[in-house]
Amino acid sequence: MMSATGANKFGFAINRSRMIDYDSSDRKVREYITSREPSFRLCFACGGCTATCTAGQHTSFNLRRMNTYIRRGEIEPLREEVTRCMLCGKCLLVCPRGVNTRNVVAVAAEAIRKLERNEL
Amino acid sequence: MNSDLFVIPFNLGLYFILIYSVVRSVAWFRSLSRPDKLRLQRGFFGRPFMDSLREIFMESLLHRKIFRKNPVLGYMHMSLAFGWFLLIVFGTIEADFFGEKHLNPPSHAIFFRWFNPEHGAEGLARIYNVWMDFLLAFILSGLLLAVIKRFTPRMMGMKKTTRHTWTDRLALTSLWLIFPSRLLAESFTCGAHGSGSFLTGNLGSALASFLPAAEIAPWFWWLYSISLGTFFFMLPISRYFHIPVELFLIFMRNSGITTGDRHSSYTEVQTHACSSCGVCISVCQMSYAAGINDIQSAYFIKGLRNDRDISAITANCLMCGRCEEVCPVGIELGPMRLIERRQGERADRTLSLPERYSVMRKRSVTEKVPTQSYGYLVREEPEKAEVLFFAGCMTHLTPSVIAAMKRIMESAGVKYRFMDEKGGVCCGRPLMLAGRDREARELINHNSDIIWKSGAKILVTSCPICYKVFRESYYLEATVMHHSEFINLLIEEGSLRLGYLHRKVVYHDPCELGRGSGIYEEPRAVISYVAELLEASQERSMSLCCGGSLGNLTLASGKKAMIAADAARILTMSSPDELITACPLCKKTFVQATKTKVSDIAELVAAALPAPSKRVARRRSARATVRANDAG
Amino acid sequence: MKTVPKHVLVAGGGVAGMEAAGALAEMGYRVTLVEKGDDPGGHLLQWHALFPDRRPADEVRSYLRKRAGHHNINIITRTTVEKVRHHPGGVRVILSGGTEEEADAVIVATGFDLFDAHRKEEYGYGIYDNVITSVDLEAMFNRGRLEKADGTVPSRIGLIHCVGSRDEKVNNNHCSKVCCVTAVKQAIEIRQMLPSCEVFCFYMDMRMYGPYYEELYRESQEVHNVNFIRGKVSEASVNINNRLVIKVEDTLAGRPLKMELDIMVLMVGMEMAESGAKLAEASGFRQGINRFLESGDHHYGNNLSGIKGVFYAGTCTAPMNITDTISHARAAVAETVRYLKA
Ligand SMILES: Cc1cc2nc3c(=O)[nH]c(=O)nc-3n(C[C@H](O)[C@H](O)[C@H](O)COP(=O)(O)OP(=O)(O)OC[C@H]3O[C@@H](n4cnc5c(N)ncnc54)[C@H](O)[C@@H]3O)c2cc1C
Ligand code: SF4
Ligand code: SF4
Ligand code: SF4
Ligand code: SF4
Ligand code: SF4
Repeated sequence: MMSATGANKFGFAINRSRMIDYDSSDRKVREYITSREPSFRLCFACGGCTATCTAGQHTSFNLRRMNTYIRRGEIEPLREEVTRCMLCGKCLLVCPRGVNTRNVVAVAAEAIRKLERNEL
Repeated sequence: MNSDLFVIPFNLGLYFILIYSVVRSVAWFRSLSRPDKLRLQRGFFGRPFMDSLREIFMESLLHRKIFRKNPVLGYMHMSLAFGWFLLIVFGTIEADFFGEKHLNPPSHAIFFRWFNPEHGAEGLARIYNVWMDFLLAFILSGLLLAVIKRFTPRMMGMKKTTRHTWTDRLALTSLWLIFPSRLLAESFTCGAHGSGSFLTGNLGSALASFLPAAEIAPWFWWLYSISLGTFFFMLPISRYFHIPVELFLIFMRNSGITTGDRHSSYTEVQTHACSSCGVCISVCQMSYAAGINDIQSAYFIKGLRNDRDISAITANCLMCGRCEEVCPVGIELGPMRLIERRQGERADRTLSLPERYSVMRKRSVTEKVPTQSYGYLVREEPEKAEVLFFAGCMTHLTPSVIAAMKRIMESAGVKYRFMDEKGGVCCGRPLMLAGRDREARELINHNSDIIWKSGAKILVTSCPICYKVFRESYYLEATVMHHSEFINLLIEEGSLRLGYLHRKVVYHDPCELGRGSGIYEEPRAVISYVAELLEASQERSMSLCCGGSLGNLTLASGKKAMIAADAARILTMSSPDELITACPLCKKTFVQATKTKVSDIAELVAAALPAPSKRVARRRSARATVRANDAG
Repeated sequence: MKTVPKHVLVAGGGVAGMEAAGALAEMGYRVTLVEKGDDPGGHLLQWHALFPDRRPADEVRSYLRKRAGHHNINIITRTTVEKVRHHPGGVRVILSGGTEEEADAVIVATGFDLFDAHRKEEYGYGIYDNVITSVDLEAMFNRGRLEKADGTVPSRIGLIHCVGSRDEKVNNNHCSKVCCVTAVKQAIEIRQMLPSCEVFCFYMDMRMYGPYYEELYRESQEVHNVNFIRGKVSEASVNINNRLVIKVEDTLAGRPLKMELDIMVLMVGMEMAESGAKLAEASGFRQGINRFLESGDHHYGNNLSGIKGVFYAGTCTAPMNITDTISHARAAVAETVRYLKA
């Protein structure tokens, strides 16, 4: 069961504009992740994690894009995607910025679940 | 006779703790699973019971394990536990033998001197008295050490000591008062009656020389009885509860009960059996190498005991298993942490008083809501193979390990298929370590399907993380081998021709391979076959964690680097030519942390293979070019 | 009245050391130039043609040789400067082998080390035949032959930026500054040598910071058809045809990309020189978080060591190109002269 505001949040997806409306974007997920995994801020979008990603071989999961979307407050496209990581840790060994990638995914999944339940 | 009233506190305490123990044991027994109940029943009438008695004697009284780790600490525990035990045993004999009648109530043995103030003037009794005084002195020496430890833990070789609650303090105070008050009570009584041996006698006559001993003595008998009584009453709600619980734990363990994968009365018993000795704290690299001092197993168990929200503590651990290796109580700390990681969110709360004293506390057993799902995986149809090689995710980032394994297997004529040559699906272990077993199952099923369909007899993997989960959580027909075991097999059956490398190397036992899976000998056999193996100061079951562990989801990279640097420093103390490991993750982590060359065991072996003759090599590459041109 | 000329010792005979020695000698100082290697010249000895204008490196080498050939300069080769220590009378310098030199001032110009590509194991340097570094490629240009290990002609080459730079996994968070433009330069040279060979640069950011660099980048696209893909290569492997396969994300397309290559060139970065770091440790020079020597002030004291009579010149303080190295060396000379005259 989704609360009215929660439904609203995702309801926008139907006629969302092509433009990222940064001013009305939702920063809660970003803030939740940064507070729990500060290294999230370090990502410089090199794509190394995505290139090596085990899950990414089988599905459209893309950690680099996920990081970018979260920063822009674009959560809707991630709801499905964030469930696909296997926590294998390859990305961790590749990331040149020392982002604790696995925990970013884990915390992001947690945050999105909370957002849906309107607990954020 | 009125003055004998002082035994009441002691009697109340004693009967309370006896009844409490029985009730609590029964409660624990009743909430065991059926198979575990059966185990315990069978154990009671079989060998496990005898084994437990022996273990209780060796560990709970003599504290052999602590003794080995730290003799001073061991002596402290031994003198208190074993000394007290002997005092009770010989006190009972004394009361039975020298007392006015047989089968006295316990208070008569404990307060024997009060009831027999003149006892021990001559003959056998006199010698017996020396013995009893000696026992008291023995205990008091341990107590002195305990006091020193409490105020200056460093002097006892302890890096950290655990923190106390008010119940602990009260129990501790009463415990500390027991023996000094007995000493003084007996001494005053002896002083007043001119009896007693070297300790109580001498002290007694000294005190009596300037004090009214007969008047003072009852006060100390009261204090003695109150201390004992208080201690017994405080026992269930203080850290000293571990003493009786440990006896129960030993019996459960000897009967074959294990932690399993959810909370049960066995986890409850283990939680209460922790003595907060702090041994686990001093071996934890998170503490001494990374400066994180609040996540160690002692704190984890304490959080469980007090039902706090310990999710952060639970998560922030390398799962290296070093603490479990040294825990003198034998608590299965790894499985305990995993159970806790499987838990869903739990609010932080302080226990209500009734809960604190309740016989059996129910821990919430809500499993984490699954956040991951792998419905997207497509079933594969693998080719048939005798030997299946699964490099593992991480190994794809250490191509020299893969190249070495390929050369070794080709050289030994092994017909194998490379299961994850183009990248496979994760083995599932990282998810399990994160407490996501349900999700891990999906991956396990996917991989199992491929392995079964391939018809492989042997599954070789280069990654200890994969190895552990393949062995423990996959249902497979194939024999699972880590590549160090497989290479050892190839050497033993004579299919590998190897030269000898004139290199001095040190071997690092990866956590999941060594402590995790008990593979210590095969890698050493392989290394010794091709090079000179130096000893490391911390190896085998006390091997260090490289710091890169996937068991910790939250640790920051800087902290990992601190652990890696410290471990690498210790491992390379003997200035080896090479640091050998058997895990791609360890390799990657150590390469960053030391100037010494780091290689996988497979690379070392590949270096000892006879070099392919030039001609063959050229022919091969020419063939490759022709093939490439054909393809183009 | 004729005074004895003051004596300056220059530690390291690369671009910076040679330029500093030459400038001081010209002004009448007596100079000892101590070089660890067989010949002075430093890393410049290995380059074929230089960015941004692709002039032959030999032109700059002969300029520097002439400069260091001044009669006031005494060149000592195969000798390492191990320690310098200021004392009231000047600076005492300890050389390898235990010999000591007395100088009035010292210029430290110990340069940089190239990143050892073996440390990025996932790229397969030393494991796969056709993985080479930008330095190996310069050597191929010098030989005038660009071919695969088996002697065949490559049809696709990939240049991987930031190898050993901007990467906390190898403890180097700094940018080496020169490798982006080197990649562009080398890409053009490959295209000129082998017009049928495709060239791809895999970059995270194109750092075209110097004059004419951006123009070179533009030229590489406009005239030479060099391709650029934005993404960090995560790993390389070989396929059954013995061709390299790299994995990268095309971050602009937003999808992972896999590509076969005949040759993969690793654009190795610059690190603090090992021998410079040893000298720094022994002499008490400060090193920054990037391990390069940290000067007294980033803005107006960039040649000052903080130790009296000791000055820094060139890439021992930070990655820089030849132009900046020469300017930095001249500035070090100005500081040295000011100190000696005071
Ligand atoms: C791949 C690559 C390509 C490049 N191409 C160009 C280009 O095309 N154009 C351009 O402008 N720049 C280019 N550069 C940059 C250029 O190489 C440097 O700017 C220049 O080499 C810096 O000179 P240096 O004297 O500071 O250091 P170095 O060249 O490193 O010289 C230092 C010298 O000191 C010696 N030394 C070190 N320690 C000691 C010691 N303790 N005692 C005695 N001697 C010591 C060393 O042996 C060395 O000879 C390139 C750099 C790289 C990495
Ligand atoms: S941990 Fe997750 S995001 Fe990282 S490589 Fe593995 S599957 Fe991909
Ligand atoms: S590898 Fe690290 S820096 Fe690069 S995109 Fe992924 S998280 Fe960001
Ligand atoms: S967990 Fe074991 S080692 Fe740690 S404090 Fe408890 S009893 Fe001691
Ligand atoms: S498993 Fe290792 S990291 Fe975790 S508490 Fe025990 S010793 Fe410390
Ligand atoms: S100059 Fe370019 S290639 Fe070199 S480190 Fe900087 S960004 Fe990377």
